[in-house]
Amino acid sequence: MFGWEFPPFNSGGLGVACLGLTRALAQTGAQITFVMPKKLDVGAPWAKLVFADNVILDQFNSALSAYATDEHYKGSGTYGQDLFSEVTRYAEYGGEIARSQEYDVIYAHEWLSFGAGMKAKEISGKPLIVHVHATEFDRTGGQGVNQHVYDIERAGMHEANRVIAVSEYTKNIIVEKYGVPAEKVSVVYNGIDETTAPRHKEDLSRLRALKKSGQKLVLFLGRITLQKGPDYFLRAAKRVLEYNKDVFFIVSGSGDMEKDMMIFASQLGIAHRVFFTGFLVGQDRDEIYAAADLFVMPSVSEPFGIAALEAMRMGKPTLISKQSGIAEVVNNALKVDFWDVEKMAEGIISILKSPALKYSMGEHGKREANRITWDDAAHKVNGIVQDLLVSSR
Amino acid sequence: MKSVCFYFQVHQPYRVKRYRLFDVGNDAEYFNDRSESDLNNRRIVEKVARKSYIPTTALLIKLLKEHPELKVSFSFSGIALEQLERYAPEALALFKEAVDTGQVEVLGETYYHSLAFFYSLPEFERQVAMHRDAVRRIFGVWPRVFRNTELSYRNDVGHWAERAGYAGVIAEGWDPILGWRSPNHVYRPKGAERIALLLKNYRLSDDVAFRFSSKNWSEWPLTAEKYGKWIEAADGDTINLFMDYETFGEHQWEDTGIFHFLEQMPKEILKIPNVNFKTPSEVIAHYDHKDEVDMPHIVTWADTDRDLTAWVGNPMQRAAIESLYSLEDKVLARNDHKLLEDWRRMQTSDHFYYMCTKWFADGDVHAYFSPYESPYDAYIAYMNALSDLQLRAGR
Repeated sequence: MFGWEFPPFNSGGLGVACLGLTRALAQTGAQITFVMPKKLDVGAPWAKLVFADNVILDQFNSALSAYATDEHYKGSGTYGQDLFSEVTRYAEYGGEIARSQEYDVIYAHEWLSFGAGMKAKEISGKPLIVHVHATEFDRTGGQGVNQHVYDIERAGMHEANRVIAVSEYTKNIIVEKYGVPAEKVSVVYNGIDETTAPRHKEDLSRLRALKKSGQKLVLFLGRITLQKGPDYFLRAAKRVLEYNKDVFFIVSGSGDMEKDMMIFASQLGIAHRVFFTGFLVGQDRDEIYAAADLFVMPSVSEPFGIAALEAMRMGKPTLISKQSGIAEVVNNALKVDFWDVEKMAEGIISILKSPALKYSMGEHGKREANRITWDDAAHKVNGIVQDLLVSSR
Repeated sequence: MKSVCFYFQVHQPYRVKRYRLFDVGNDAEYFNDRSESDLNNRRIVEKVARKSYIPTTALLIKLLKEHPELKVSFSFSGIALEQLERYAPEALALFKEAVDTGQVEVLGETYYHSLAFFYSLPEFERQVAMHRDAVRRIFGVWPRVFRNTELSYRNDVGHWAERAGYAGVIAEGWDPILGWRSPNHVYRPKGAERIALLLKNYRLSDDVAFRFSSKNWSEWPLTAEKYGKWIEAADGDTINLFMDYETFGEHQWEDTGIFHFLEQMPKEILKIPNVNFKTPSEVIAHYDHKDEVDMPHIVTWADTDRDLTAWVGNPMQRAAIESLYSLEDKVLARNDHKLLEDWRRMQTSDHFYYMCTKWFADGDVHAYFSPYESPYDAYIAYMNALSDLQLRAGR
């Protein structure tokens, strides 16, 4: 299995998904060799970890980001000249690894590792599964699709014996924009469990004063990029504040639109009501989740949306865009079109003012999120693997 | 002798449109959705009339004429009659024609299909009187048997109906209450002196209403002949088959064979020796009560709980209905007909049902009947409209 990032060295849902899925797969008895481009100090005793490059890194924190654009990647210096040469290099190592390991099926997560997967298939002749967590159309919001990335994605999907998509939403994109036959694409939804979910925090030391004064907190947590719709969040915030002045909006994450969003907040005249926390991990992230009164995921194009599932599991009322994979699997969330700022604002105001609504959504959302597990995902993946092994015999 | 007693429920609510928070104070029309969605009341009534009310009633009239022994009863909510008058007069004309055969009884209920009995008795009584007047005006008959919204029943509903002069009252025949007793007899509410209690035989009723087209049901396909055999095998005096009238053509679509089933049923049942049809009033007049039934807690027809939790079981539902009834004095004091009517339309039980969150445990019955995306969306639209109504009442 070829991956790219892994918690705690992840920049988003891809790493979380790799952790959750490999662990659940291992529990079903599958033996997994998990390959990453670089040596990272990650704990995953259920899998055999192989690093394509055994050079120990001193700066891995700022290293590989699954979501970095080539432009931002340049100059980080850690992994070679640019993202594409890194991806190419990883692909070449893929061939080496294919020769040295034993396995029945090759499995590649995301375009970053498709090259390695294809190379491994070429050398070993073993069947290839590619798992699509996002497409270039999601990452760019459909504007300025990078041809090089698209070509790698497309080649990987066509070369693969089976394609796994994280939602019907993503499957549609794969079929329509990449020309992959629908029958080759299976949907396996992500899950959540205690290893990846944020933990409940009782002590909200830094936010306690704010909460005590009766202020409400509305949370956006995700990369600050076009794809995630932070601008719609801020527009909705402005509308909410016209109705209810005692609300703070938290934008938690980092990304190429961060500065623009800070400027946008002041242009809207709401800068004093919006906090930008930067990218949070561990305790800090748990605390911000726990303190929030509700969670908003206004993504323009979201293949799945694990962050929303995490919020629901924490018992937080959750508002998600209809342009998301998770909207297909959960019922106990408010769903709006990402552009429908009025309805988004209405949902936020309604949840903040009605304890009954907040309680009902929180409780039912929690119960529902607890039923969406990595075990289910692993069983589906296993079924696909078995299928493939039988048919390729 | 044994009787088969049919009662069909005809009801259509005024669904609240997607009333936006930002409309509060600016839009006093809550029920006028004109979109292609299932919140468009006119569209729904026209559709249900076309698929169900008109073909079913036309067939029923034919059957009533062919079999003078055939008897059935209906309960129409006042707001269903109102909407039929406006949107589907053809359906209403057929209902009148059916009642005019003299083989059809019309039951009493609340005009607004509300749960007012449990929240405001004076308001409940006003709505029952409104309903009685509407039935008299349209059908020229006087309801003698009462059924409360969603078959919600408790001893005091029976006592109230007795005081109000009804000959009988209708409830769910729920086994935990009945114990060893069969629903197929006439009973008397505990503490009552003369009123009769008729109990729904939910198994035989649901065989038609819920299971008819279910292909993983071991009895599928259900034929009129087979159903007749079940009726024949049932013990007791009266087999009370109570169901939504929309069962015919709307819940069970035409292509399931439901109309053919209905067409064959009277013939098959009349074949059975010593079985006849009776209306609820005739059943009450003909059979003595077998026992007293004590129902100190509310029982309804709904899902596996048979209580009111599908309507007022979660905090949103309770917040909504309590806010609504807390406005009663203010609304009445305004003496504003439109305001009063809107407040009453907001009392219809369906609004609260749409906010029900327990469908995951209960199967998809509730989900099917909701025109909203989620119970939360239903709650938001309702509470927004109610905020506006509150403003109007308070001004």
